Amino acid sequence: MKKVKLTRREFLITSTVTGGGLMIAFSLAGCEQDRGLQVQTEAGGELPPESDEGEFRPNAWLSINSDDTVTIRVGSSEMGQGTLTGIAMLIADELDADWSKVRAEHAPADEAFTNPIIGRQHTGGSTAIRGFWPIVRKAGAVGREMLMHAAALQWDVHPDVCHTENGAVIHEACDHHNLSYGELADAASQLPIPDSVFLKEPDEFVLIGKSIPRLDTPDKVNGKAVFGIDVDLPGMLTATVARCPVKDGKMIRFDAGKALALPGVKRVEAISAGVAVIADHYWAAKQGRDALDVEWDTAANASLDSAGIEAQFKAVVDSGLIERDDGDITESLGAAAKTLEAVYSVPYQAHVCMEPMNATADVRSDSCDVYAPTQGQTSTQNTAMRITGLPREKVRVHTTFLGGGFGRRSEQDFIADAVECSKIVGQPVKVVWSREDDIMHDQYRPSTYNLLRGGIDAKGNMLAWEHRIAGPSIMARVSGSEGDGHDWSSTEGAKNIPYAIANQRVTYAMSNTPVPVGFWRSVGSSQNAYVTECFFDELAKLAGRDPVEARLELMNEHPRHAGVVRLAAKKAGWGKKLPSGHARGIAVAESFASYVAMVAEVSIDNGDVRVHRMTCAIDCGMTVNPNSIRAQMEGAIVYGLTATLKGEITIAGGQIQQRNFDDYPLLRLEECPDIDVHIVDSEQAPGGVGEPGVPPTAPAVANAVFALTGKPVRRLPIQIA
Amino acid sequence: MLQLNVNGQRHEVAMETDTPLLWVLRDGLKLTGTKFGCGIAICGTCVVLVDGRPVRSCVTPVSAVIGKHITTIEGLSDDNSHAVQQAWIEEEVPQCGYCQSGQILTAAALLDSNPEPTEAEIEQAMSEVLCRCGTYPRIRIAVKKAARKAADKHKEA
Ligand code: FES
Ligand code: FES
Repeated sequence: MKKVKLTRREFLITSTVTGGGLMIAFSLAGCEQDRGLQVQTEAGGELPPESDEGEFRPNAWLSINSDDTVTIRVGSSEMGQGTLTGIAMLIADELDADWSKVRAEHAPADEAFTNPIIGRQHTGGSTAIRGFWPIVRKAGAVGREMLMHAAALQWDVHPDVCHTENGAVIHEACDHHNLSYGELADAASQLPIPDSVFLKEPDEFVLIGKSIPRLDTPDKVNGKAVFGIDVDLPGMLTATVARCPVKDGKMIRFDAGKALALPGVKRVEAISAGVAVIADHYWAAKQGRDALDVEWDTAANASLDSAGIEAQFKAVVDSGLIERDDGDITESLGAAAKTLEAVYSVPYQAHVCMEPMNATADVRSDSCDVYAPTQGQTSTQNTAMRITGLPREKVRVHTTFLGGGFGRRSEQDFIADAVECSKIVGQPVKVVWSREDDIMHDQYRPSTYNLLRGGIDAKGNMLAWEHRIAGPSIMARVSGSEGDGHDWSSTEGAKNIPYAIANQRVTYAMSNTPVPVGFWRSVGSSQNAYVTECFFDELAKLAGRDPVEARLELMNEHPRHAGVVRLAAKKAGWGKKLPSGHARGIAVAESFASYVAMVAEVSIDNGDVRVHRMTCAIDCGMTVNPNSIRAQMEGAIVYGLTATLKGEITIAGGQIQQRNFDDYPLLRLEECPDIDVHIVDSEQAPGGVGEPGVPPTAPAVANAVFALTGKPVRRLPIQIA
Repeated sequence: MLQLNVNGQRHEVAMETDTPLLWVLRDGLKLTGTKFGCGIAICGTCVVLVDGRPVRSCVTPVSAVIGKHITTIEGLSDDNSHAVQQAWIEEEVPQCGYCQSGQILTAAALLDSNPEPTEAEIEQAMSEVLCRCGTYPRIRIAVKKAARKAADKHKEA
């Protein structure tokens, strides 16, 4: 065990739980955005001062009840990635809890649950485990220390002769001395907070690193898990919202007559997003919306279409800002024995969470409760505060299970709908989007236009790499400002390729359009890894090199990339004979502090790409739950394959042309390849796992198709002519 | 008043007869285990069993199922003991979980009508339900496992 000091910044609070027990809270108040937790050496050892109004309200990560149950409140949102279980494992391990007594639930919106990487309570960027890892373990360790102390006092011995195990404190000398955490909870809650705690060394972990079954599985096989769409409050109405199909169109007038005449329809109201039909239940609201007569002003964008957007990107691609500039790109391209130029483009993509967007709000004169599948509790609270005018402490956010998130649920449009509706009618209102609403009114993964140039010398060594990106900026959209024209999210995965090529230039030309863009599982890396890894294979071919060897040669400075490339290649049998008509492709990408390589095996069947097998190797540092990591790789591959083989959002007449799963199809089970996941043993700090499986998926498949057909795949989704 | 037989119980609900069964179950009877995904009979998240057969409740008017036996995920077992639920738990199939009622009922109906499905039959039946989280590899394994469990139970009985 390793002794670590607690800091006053990590205000730990204990109090007695109603009905007896110990509660530990943990606040990161004052933690600044992107700076992570500031660990100071100031000693703690005292209770923190009473909090000032609204400034610091402690909340519990952890409570232990006299019946031995341990309740862990998790500030990040469970959207399928297993965060409730993962965070609970971190705390329970340091607490030495009896795992069978551990429950995990979503925490309320509270500063105490600020994500240390993001700076607010938010789930995104695959940050939950890597962000909270150093913090929540201390919360568990504090609990353990205090329980041990409480037992020692009771036995009148020194704490050093006690140890903890499986939810109990044990006196080493005489084994009949054994008190469960529940028995000690009350006494422990009376004790001062220690000024330092012991954290386990990796070889002392009991839970961390094991495939502990997820806590939420049982309720997800019997319909009991409550998603946002399942929320039901007394007196609740259900609403659907008619939105202008053309981007940025305005409502001119509406006639509610026909809608109001339908059974169950109660109110028709204008809200910021359009016209809300508020009814007794969803079907009535939907019927009402279909009957609604709305006139929209669509003039602004009536001629916007996909071809025009691509032309706009193309027109600016050469005027981008320099994001990386190593060596001399112009000279090296001029000196190269062979050069290659290619244009790559990717379309907009929708998130399509399986659970359509929804939220429920109960706005009263002096309070507001929001029940929602949200990835951003702080943003949800801010949204409700803005609409209701209520102060933060009067807005409570209740996070439900999320039927998928993928970045879509970090947006607040669906929250605003519900809060506005409830405010107008003075009753609880659940707003439910249809699938058509969801696909037509998303914040899409950016479409981009990429011009690449590469050069090799006479021996086939890569000399020059130029990547010009043009496309819309997510950060400009979310901040409402184009700022200085840079956007890290547009170049991630492009300016950090792992190859030792002496002359490299990456530029980015921000080119915004009325199509809103947002964070889509793995963000910039989702398209940049495709573009860069496929162009790399084009250059390797020009040099007559094998794609795996060519990568490894240039990765001496990047051992973790090289490690996953070697592992994936080995497990996939790279170089071994395949059935005729089959080929393999490889790709590697680092994102969210994890390294993933994939080998795809494909064939072409009647003009359709068939992916037979995906072999995945991931190095995500220390593994918290290997089975969860495997599940996230499987899920990311399926998510990535939809974008590789099928997904494409197009625009005509200012409208998104896709409506539902018939024209925006998802990968189906019979199209799913066999998937093997291999995890690298590592003692490095944990990296993300929710997103990093997406970036290498598309290029691995596209490179396999390139190997098979000899024709590079420069546009997604893949179409075989 | 509509009278429905859901999970072996009689229910009365005051809703229009052309309302899709999905919304009668969810909003009328508060059986929210059945999920809404597309509303146009493509995704399969809304599957329930009508007289043992999988039906897309989002496009089935409630009038069409009066007098029939409707089984929703809530009625599959009281205690997660159905062979499909057991296999789903052991293989840790669910991620977000949203599509899983449709997946589990589709698998249950398959095994009920065809206790020893071939791989091709499993692929075909389970391709009717979409999963955005990508739980397909585990569904494949879990359906086979459920078939074995059901067979074992049958032998014991
Ligand atoms: S909601 Fe019924 S099939 Fe999709
Ligand atoms: S588990 Fe999330 S959609 Fe299937």
